[in-house]
Amino acid sequence: MMRSDPRALQLNDQGQLKHFLTLDGLSKNILTEILDRAESFLSMGEQSVKKVPLLRGKTVVNLFFENSTRTRTTFELAAKRLSADVINLNIETSATSKGESLLDTLKNLEAMQSDMFIVRHSDSGAPHFIAEHCTPNVAIINAGDGRHAHPTQAMLDMLTIRRHKGQFEGLKVAVVGDILHSRVARSQLHALTTLGVEEVRFVGPKTLVPEYFAELGATICHDLRAGLDDVDVIVMLRLQKERMAGALLPSESEFYRLYGLTKESLAWAKPDAIVMHPGPINRGVEIASEVADGEQSVILNQVTNGIAVRMAVLSMAMSGQMQAQQQEGGE
Amino acid sequence: MKLQVTNGRVIDPSQNLDAVTDLFIEDHRIIAIGTAPADFVADEVVDASGQWVLPGLVDLAVSLREPGFSQKGSIASEGRAAVSGGVTTLVCPPNTKPIVDTPAVAGLIQDKADEAGMANVFPIGALTQGLAGEQLSNMVSLTDAGCVALSNHRQPMANTKVLSRALEYAATHDLLVIFHPDEASLSAGGCAHEGLTATLHGLQGIPETAETIALMRDLLLIEKTGVRAHFARLSCAKSVEMIADARASGLDVTCDVALHNLLLTDAVLNQFDGHYHVLPPLRSENDRLTLIEGIKQGVISAICSDHQPHEKMAKIAPFAATEPGMANVEILLPLALRLMDEGDLDLDTLLRCLTVGPASCFGLEAGSLAVGSFADFVLFDSTAAWTWSKDNVRTKGSNSPFLGEELKGRVSATYISGQLVYANPVVNQ
Repeated sequence: MMRSDPRALQLNDQGQLKHFLTLDGLSKNILTEILDRAESFLSMGEQSVKKVPLLRGKTVVNLFFENSTRTRTTFELAAKRLSADVINLNIETSATSKGESLLDTLKNLEAMQSDMFIVRHSDSGAPHFIAEHCTPNVAIINAGDGRHAHPTQAMLDMLTIRRHKGQFEGLKVAVVGDILHSRVARSQLHALTTLGVEEVRFVGPKTLVPEYFAELGATICHDLRAGLDDVDVIVMLRLQKERMAGALLPSESEFYRLYGLTKESLAWAKPDAIVMHPGPINRGVEIASEVADGEQSVILNQVTNGIAVRMAVLSMAMSGQMQAQQQEGGE
Repeated sequence: MKLQVTNGRVIDPSQNLDAVTDLFIEDHRIIAIGTAPADFVADEVVDASGQWVLPGLVDLAVSLREPGFSQKGSIASEGRAAVSGGVTTLVCPPNTKPIVDTPAVAGLIQDKADEAGMANVFPIGALTQGLAGEQLSNMVSLTDAGCVALSNHRQPMANTKVLSRALEYAATHDLLVIFHPDEASLSAGGCAHEGLTATLHGLQGIPETAETIALMRDLLLIEKTGVRAHFARLSCAKSVEMIADARASGLDVTCDVALHNLLLTDAVLNQFDGHYHVLPPLRSENDRLTLIEGIKQGVISAICSDHQPHEKMAKIAPFAATEPGMANVEILLPLALRLMDEGDLDLDTLLRCLTVGPASCFGLEAGSLAVGSFADFVLFDSTAAWTWSKDNVRTKGSNSPFLGEELKGRVSATYISGQLVYANPVVNQ
């Protein structure tokens, strides 16, 4: 009845990925391996033939319980470039019987003999749940669960940082905005601290930046100027319109005034600081157009890097999963 | 029928008794301890050598799930589970379907309990009709039909005025009201203690203030209305301080805590295991330790199982989507004794909170082996090591994170009014 630790759940006996659920607990070596492998796929993207046969004959199911065309598309592209067969399923959950429909859906998909599920779900921990309750030979990739984790997004951010800054040591990184609801920020915190940056700052009002993150190694800043002072990397998070209804903020305009990234506030960071955003951007809400489209913005690089990182993660998890299966078969 | 229970270690906090001695029982009641009354000839002698003889446990929170939730449990199934855990008197909440807001439902539960012949069952009646928090229930009729107290369970009241009026009305008739302090606007949507673990794992938190704000409001209204009051399932350190202060200033309120809040903290949630999803949530280590301190200081006088059986599917879902509650009534005693083994509580305090403590909170004639009491008692082998597993689980819901664990101490037999209602099949082969 005791369930296994999700951080251990995603590794096989050799310590290699067989699922990709969270960055929490993953070693620097694994994170670096993902980045190195993604680099090699990046150069491939520039060639005329963009496919490699690493997932040939494998069936990958995009299992999206929460709509996201962008993320789904980059996963789809990544899987196709690895030569997998891809099925897209968008399943809206009914609030009353989430558990049943989720388990029933899984049973159905298992019967189709899929090899990998790429899961997005509005409940934190849903991919862990699926990894535990699903047939053992399917690799589960977390494409974003509730507020918990979005590990491929964080890894593509890491790749973007490394490609622009060369290394992580000594970097100061500011993540600005709605940290409370952000699975991206949580995964970034794990990745950045594991990869050895000097400082991660979470910047925003108290309603959006829980104090508990200080215990997890983040520096909490409620003032944008202090938060951006001397940083090498700025990550702006998307502000959802519902936050105003939840009484977390008075208005978009006041948020923009206090925490929006403008040409003026960008000047508080290092002159060569890069500006990132997981998208989609709210121009004039969290970021000024001139900054989003400006020289320091690497937002579109992130998208390109996203495909390479997802190819890296899918191929690593599939090989780790197959290794685990062979081992079981051999025993 | 005359019964003699011989040579057991009789431990009864209600009379500060802890001695190897004999109990003498006649006409369902204890008629003597130690020396047999003149002319006493036992029809049956129960040899309790090497065992503890304890008052039957009194559990203030056992959801029987009947009527209305037969997929989760029934009065018979959960009654069987209760007596196998040594619980001889239990109080069940009003959140059945239909809700316990009519004498008919209250009567049905007691009739079914009598029929099952298991633990003595006392229902709590709804404070408002349908627990909707709007219109007062027929409190006196419910009490006449056997309800021991009234409560709106964890359902919010429409507003403070309705609550105030409900308390005034209950006070008019000297009825006991049970409070589950929870400010719904602060706890809505939450599934875990607001703190480091919930933040890290992206689970929506329930702040301490959800409990303490409601608790303070309730204390002020209790003071104003003079209603008899008991607070159920405290989970926060601050709540213990607030109750202690209220008592120090002369307010006569009692309170209880769920055993799992004394054993576990939110740290266990890092595995997303829905079996740890309970309301109020498992909180911090400081909260846990302060609750234990509250028991030592006598602020908290009862420990309950907060037994909530569920069908399997209710727990097979991502954490937040699982139904809250765990089902531990049948291991209440061995689980509670872990607190003694850890050095948190001594045996007398622990047993007091499982017997006479809860009985006196609700004014129940139970939880004592004093001469004249009903002969509700438990034979307990305190050294037996055993594993609680799918093979021997008795509750219909096997939703407990402790299932599969090794436990120390086992109920050998349970008697109610001098009648054997449970004999452990392993011990009594």
